[in-house]
This record gives sequence, structure tokens and C-alpha cells, in this order.
Amino acid sequence: MEITVRGLWTMIHGMGFGALYLMACSGALVELYRRYRSPLGPEIKLEDERFLRIYLAAMAVIAWITVLTGAYIIYPWYRAVPPPGTASLAAFPQRLLMSNPSTVAWHSIGMEWKEHVAWLVPISITMAAVVFSQYRRSLRIHPELRTAVLGFVWVSLLAAGIAGFFGAMLNKNAPVNGGAAIPLLHGEQK
Amino acid sequence: MSNQSASSTAQAKLNSNGAGAAAVLTAGIGSFLVAVFAILAEKAPSIKSLMNFYKPTGPLSGVTTCAIVVWLAVWALLHWRWSSRNVEIGRVTAAAFILLFLGLLLTFPPIADLL
Repeated sequence: MEITVRGLWTMIHGMGFGALYLMACSGALVELYRRYRSPLGPEIKLEDERFLRIYLAAMAVIAWITVLTGAYIIYPWYRAVPPPGTASLAAFPQRLLMSNPSTVAWHSIGMEWKEHVAWLVPISITMAAVVFSQYRRSLRIHPELRTAVLGFVWVSLLAAGIAGFFGAMLNKNAPVNGGAAIPLLHGEQK
Repeated sequence: MSNQSASSTAQAKLNSNGAGAAAVLTAGIGSFLVAVFAILAEKAPSIKSLMNFYKPTGPLSGVTTCAIVVWLAVWALLHWRWSSRNVEIGRVTAAAFILLFLGLLLTFPPIADLL
């Protein structure tokens, strides 16, 4: 059982950072809604507020790492152009998808949407982290700001979900593979 | 005395919604700009080649870098102008959500192709 270097990076990008972001979103939404919805709500402990500030900042860092690894490490492998006369397109995912009418839309719609919509995620969550860091419990007296932060976190979840779905389907139809093989486990023939 | 003055300035900023409004509106602008630059690069070959900041990534590198640089610049400018003011937050958040949803829709290729 082995994985290639490109396969490993794709896994770190999608199943690592991307999936971590999707899971973290639900926690941020619950905390922002539950604790900051009313100025008359229970007292917010300083350590809880500090935790949420660090949590949102960590989500912003994860979102930036996810889009940057996607755009600058994996995407160049995805869009690589095969040299003339190449018989197998297995190492050229974009060309492989475009070579078949039944898979071309995974590129022309799936990848084209994913590569742009994913950038809405770090923009939205960076704003949410900065606004929360500035206002903290004062968000309770600014309900419109709190609603805006919640709305942007919801949309970041949607955008990350779109990018994650198409990332998984693209990798299923035309995996980004290649580079040195890294052995993981040795099995035995039965 | 100066500590008291700094503390009351900080409290006044927390009581005003300007800094938050600047962040929310510019996040909407940034999201919209990603779609605008992507459409421009798609429709105009000259812009497409200009956006090729990093060849292995292609025009995506320029599209996203331009959107982020403009977003951060507008954010810094609006923060400077609004941070100790109260703005009409309802209108600002409505504009931000419209820009955000336009960004979401216009990055969808079948909709962008209609333009």
C-alpha cells in the first residue's frame, strides 16, 4: 500500500485542511449564535471569549492554507499540459477530464467553480475573526454586525462545501497522482 | 489620565459600529471582486495574459491576488474612515450580502457565461 507525493498533498489539502474547516464551521456557528444572540444573555466568561477568538483565528489560518495549497501546489499538477504524443493522460487530470464528453463538465463547471468560489471562504472567515476579535462581547449590542458575521460564516460553509464536493468528485474521476511513491503498509498475498 | 483617555477611546470604538461595518462591507466587495476578475480574465485574452502572475497556476494566480490586494486596500481605507463613527449598518450589511451572493453566483460558470 503506497501513496504518491501528489496524492499525499491532495489528501492534506482536501481531507486535512478542507475537511477540518468544514467541521470547525459548525462549532463557530453554534458558539456565535448561542452566546452572542442577546445583550440580556448569561455572562460570557473571559476564557470562553478568548477560546472563540483563537478558534476563529485558527479557522482563518486553515482557510488560507487550504486555498493556497490548492492553488499553488495541487492546481499546477491538475492543469499540467502533456507533451505532444503522450499516450496516457493519467498524469494530466484536466486533459483526461476534457478528453471524454461524459467527464468534461467536471472540469468546465466543477473545477472552474471550485477554483474561484473557494476564495470566498478565507475572505469571509478572516472578516469574522477580525470583527469578533475587535468587538467580542460588544457584539451583543450590535445585533446587525453579529448577524452579518453569522451570515458570512454560513456562506463560507456553503462555499467550502461546494469546493469540497467538487474536489472529491474531480479526484474520483481524474486523480491527481504522480511523483515519488511513499510506502504506507506492507500486506501479504492470500 | 492618559490611560483613562485611551480606555475611553477604545470603549467609544466598541460602541460605534464603523470598524465592523467596514470589515463586513469589504468582505462582500472582496468576494464580488473574485468573480469580477475571473470573468474579466475569461472574456478578455489581454487581461487573461496579464493575470498570469505565476505560470504553473495560470490566470487564477492574478485573479485571486488582485481581488485580495484590492479587498485589503479598501478595507484599510474604510477602517481608517469609519472606525470611530456610527454608520447605517442595515444598509451596509444589505450591500455586503448582495455583493457576497453575487460573488457566489457569478463564480458559477453557467451564470458567468451568460454575461
